[in-house]
Amino acid sequence: MADVKKIATRDSYGNALKELGAEHEDLIVFDADLAGATKTGVFKKAFPNRHFDCGIAEADMIVAAAGASTMGLVPFASSFAMFAAGRGFEQIRNSIGYPHLNVKIGATHGGISVGEDGASHQCCEDFALMRSIPGMVVMCPSDDVEARAAVRAAYEHQGPVYLRFGRLAVPVIHDEASFSFAIGKGEVLRDGTDVAILATGLMVAEAVEAAQTLAEAGISACVVNLCTIKPLDEELVLRVAQKCGKVITCEEHNIIGGLGEAVCALLSEKCPTPVRRIGVNDEFGHSGPAAALLKQFGLSAEHIVEVAKDFCK
Amino acid sequence: MTTSEKKQLAAAACKVRMGVIKGTHAAKAGHPGGSLSAADLFAYLYFRELRVDPANPHWEDRDRFVLSKGHTAPGLYAALALRGFFPEEDLLTLRHIGSHLQGHPNMNLTPGVDMSTGSLGQGISAAAGMALAAKYQGRQCRVYALLGDGEIQEGQVWEALMFAHHYKLDNLCVIVDNNGLQIDGNVADVMNPYPIAEKLQAFGLETMEIDGHDFDQMEVAFAKARATKGVPFAIVMKTVKGKGVSYMENQAGWHGKAPNDEEYEIAMKELSAQLAEVEGM
Repeated sequence: MADVKKIATRDSYGNALKELGAEHEDLIVFDADLAGATKTGVFKKAFPNRHFDCGIAEADMIVAAAGASTMGLVPFASSFAMFAAGRGFEQIRNSIGYPHLNVKIGATHGGISVGEDGASHQCCEDFALMRSIPGMVVMCPSDDVEARAAVRAAYEHQGPVYLRFGRLAVPVIHDEASFSFAIGKGEVLRDGTDVAILATGLMVAEAVEAAQTLAEAGISACVVNLCTIKPLDEELVLRVAQKCGKVITCEEHNIIGGLGEAVCALLSEKCPTPVRRIGVNDEFGHSGPAAALLKQFGLSAEHIVEVAKDFCK
Repeated sequence: MTTSEKKQLAAAACKVRMGVIKGTHAAKAGHPGGSLSAADLFAYLYFRELRVDPANPHWEDRDRFVLSKGHTAPGLYAALALRGFFPEEDLLTLRHIGSHLQGHPNMNLTPGVDMSTGSLGQGISAAAGMALAAKYQGRQCRVYALLGDGEIQEGQVWEALMFAHHYKLDNLCVIVDNNGLQIDGNVADVMNPYPIAEKLQAFGLETMEIDGHDFDQMEVAFAKARATKGVPFAIVMKTVKGKGVSYMENQAGWHGKAPNDEEYEIAMKELSAQLAEVEGM
């Protein structure tokens, strides 16, 4: 995939905010001293009068956004996933989730692909935290096209939304012209019958690549992109699980509490199916180049192929 | 303020206190101490200061009130009921299953509640966000937030105050109920927040200290708050926790405990006598 265009979904986020901002005056943005990194700075440059830096004070930012939403505005509040979902958890739970306010949390730098900053900044717990809040929509787009669509869908959705974006430039795997997006709807990227690979975020491109390799080895893999982790596209997950009889989940998140567990919970109740979870195996990350870390932690097409081959023996 | 207006406020405050006692007694739980210390303020806000419309609680240009010290919901509920947002009988359903009167304020259930609160330190941020939004939208409404003196031990409060000053939120009025007590005892012994006014001033707020049981002083302070431009305004009001019920006054133990039947009778008798005295003036 050497000639494929690569864009970090945090860039998509900033660009989408700017585009939406031009259409909607009720869209405002909060950031916590990271506008350059979260890319809300792109919006700030275009609309300086409705971009509000809160300084390094995420707890206040989250609840100020909640307050602003009660006035009829649609705030996007941004920081790194670690500090938005992590530091801000209780604020999100009590001041956004409980009153079901119309706040969108744009969390960038999710997962270990943050890279060199190391474990303190590599959030692999945000899906778990955000999934556990009633009424919260949790999304993790796979590429630029999907990320921009997800931001738009988040704006149009009435209620709280958590969006996770990445720091690392990732391949653009969708064709904008033919792409359509809806919250809660998964996308079958490749049909298959032997094993269903359900992926989210940057693992989607890895899953697509893995399926190609598996096909050469005679294994027919179905690849499903689950951008929306909550609410899960249950109908689609059940359908591919029934069809393939084996499911592999892939996420740049702790295997505890994320997509894998959401899928296991569904399948165990409605369609017991053997599952292998690929993710961060309940450990902290560390410093290093993003690509090397992803490889080291098994978040790669190669590892998916290994797991699938073993699974389909 | 005329004598008759002051008399009406004093009567309203007595009725708010009676509502607090009725509610917490019926709930067999709740927080009377801080509800009573702020009862005069609740009466002043809902009968003199806030531009609100009980018939249209979601009126877009209304003033907002955020009870950052959300555990004193019984006081807020009593004031809202008295002001006509919902029937006073509802106070007897406080904390009951199915009631719109939750243990801590819920903006989606109770008419007149502008923000769900209860987790200390957050309401002030919400109020600042409302004030910021009002400025962006060009609304003339004002936003009021009531904090406890124990609550200001939360670090987020100071983040919010920095934010309010940074964005020149002169449409925001921060009120601190300085009743001096929190669950574990005297605020000064648990984690000393003093000097409160000086700290608020240091954060750039125009600050005034008043007696929180004196309507004349409230009138001066709120007028000054409205006249202040360019910075948020803070009122630190010295109060007596449990004010109006003799055995509850200045007792930390009455922070979060309901009166039993006997205590209820005593409290209501005392408050009825106070009301009769006010009305007889």
